[in-house]
Amino acid sequence: MITVLGAGVAGLCTATALAERGRALRVLDPGPEGAGASWLAGGMLAPDVESDGAPPEVARLGASAADWWAARVPGVERRGTLVVAAPRDGAELDRLALRTRGHQRLGPEGIAALEPDLAGRFPGALFYPDEAHLDPRIALKALAEGLRKRRVEIRHDAPPAEGEVIDCRGIAAREALPGLRAVRGEMMLLRCPDLRLTRPLRLMHPRFPVYLVPRGQGLFMLGATMIESDATGPITLRSSMELMAAAFALHPAFAEAAVLETGSGLRPAWPDNLPRVSRTDGRLHLNGLYRHGFLTAPALAEQLADTITRPEPAHAP
Amino acid sequence: MRLYDIPLPSRLMLGTAQYPSPQVLAEAVAASGAAVVTVSLRREAAGAPGANGFWSLIRQTGARILPNTAGCHSVAEAVTTARMAREVFGTDWIKLEVIGNADTLQPDPFALVEAARILTAEGFAVLPYTTEDLIVGERLLDAGCRVLMPWGAPIGTGRGLRHAEALAAMRQHFRDVPLIIDAGLGAPSQAAQAMEMGFDGVLLNTAVARAGDPVAMARAFGQAVAAGRLAHEAGLMPPRDMAAPSTPVLGMADLGLDGLA
Repeated sequence: MITVLGAGVAGLCTATALAERGRALRVLDPGPEGAGASWLAGGMLAPDVESDGAPPEVARLGASAADWWAARVPGVERRGTLVVAAPRDGAELDRLALRTRGHQRLGPEGIAALEPDLAGRFPGALFYPDEAHLDPRIALKALAEGLRKRRVEIRHDAPPAEGEVIDCRGIAAREALPGLRAVRGEMMLLRCPDLRLTRPLRLMHPRFPVYLVPRGQGLFMLGATMIESDATGPITLRSSMELMAAAFALHPAFAEAAVLETGSGLRPAWPDNLPRVSRTDGRLHLNGLYRHGFLTAPALAEQLADTITRPEPAHAP
Repeated sequence: MRLYDIPLPSRLMLGTAQYPSPQVLAEAVAASGAAVVTVSLRREAAGAPGANGFWSLIRQTGARILPNTAGCHSVAEAVTTARMAREVFGTDWIKLEVIGNADTLQPDPFALVEAARILTAEGFAVLPYTTEDLIVGERLLDAGCRVLMPWGAPIGTGRGLRHAEALAAMRQHFRDVPLIIDAGLGAPSQAAQAMEMGFDGVLLNTAVARAGDPVAMARAFGQAVAAGRLAHEAGLMPPRDMAAPSTPVLGMADLGLDGLA
């Protein structure tokens, strides 16, 4: 029996990879469902754009993420990512073009052809056609449902962990993992039925990368701040204003949007901002997924499952 | 260089924002040789003193921490942030920023002087982020500041010393006050220029943090600052309008016109 701690993206991907290899396991999470940082994620599978600032390892881990998710959960959209900048921040687009691959330069016509509602709003954009996005909440529920079908228990009480323990608790595992730190993120869920956008939009922003991910039916996830902080309180007015101003800069129709939800959570990160599997106090830990949980968790989970299901080497006679 | 009676082994100061990761930041600080790093304090980050993982990583760099009041728009906000920073980081040093315009991020000189007066009275060692205006500089010294940090160009623009003549005049005017060029530097050559002009040090962030290879760029800035300072101490030659031969004529063959015919 294997016990996976944590039912966020790291835990559920790990449990899925193990269950698919026929391993007996269960998942323990204090709950309630929806409480962890994974539920606030953008769900962008954007290895190309993220390679600005992230080490190449992140793009490598994320290269097959869209395929992994599409094989297991509904709603994986492969429509690419569109990056725009206010006219005066055009230098930021040039910089991003230099630092990343897999993009095309678009002019106003190109932007209008992809997203008609953005016609005339931006002089130029970068389009990353190979990228994808998903709705994290739908994806996590689908993984949990898939696990239950394979008779994997997901328990929200706290029975003692049995057997090999794989700790995927994110920032909650900080006590056991010296060096793991929290990077606070804040987001909003908006309803703006006047606007039709079909792919993640990023706005180059001087302080943090602002993105807007369509969730369908007029819903948009707007995120996310990056604050080196352990604070767990609600979103601040400053962060709200910065996010809202960015949305309004993307399209003034957002002025009429309803703010359905605001959220804040703590991303777990190692000093190099790279995720890793480690063994501490007899437990395996998968942690430090930072802002790349949905992008890197599948590859990490598959690696981890391969490692622990590999047969023991035979003893020499 | 001594600031507030503290000897510093390097004339370069680095900001700590916008790096790809804290590890890259730590490597950049080490490569640059910077003796001081600035840390901006956001209110929501101050909740649990000592627990912030980012700050403990910054402490491990060994550089002296200079908290700053980045993003503060009023006297009250800047003063509160400075007091919190003293608690959190255990230092009286504060880089005082009071922003007058959210768009240009220009210092508000009036609020800056007022906040500096309050903080120096409370025992802070205030390093004010100011413009090249001489009278504002005098008022800041009157308020108790013993260092001035004029801008090179607006924050994050990488334009270099936009008002080089005014900065040169400032250097002449405040001969005995440590002057640190803060903000606007985009290239090591600009940092070297500031040092050649006799500024005591430079503080920068974006040019290193957002470089393709921040660690290499940090090293480049460290070398440029050292080179610029050395050049200043060595004494730069004054520019001339006319060419002057640098090779001695003595001993050259005198062929005369006949010889060429």
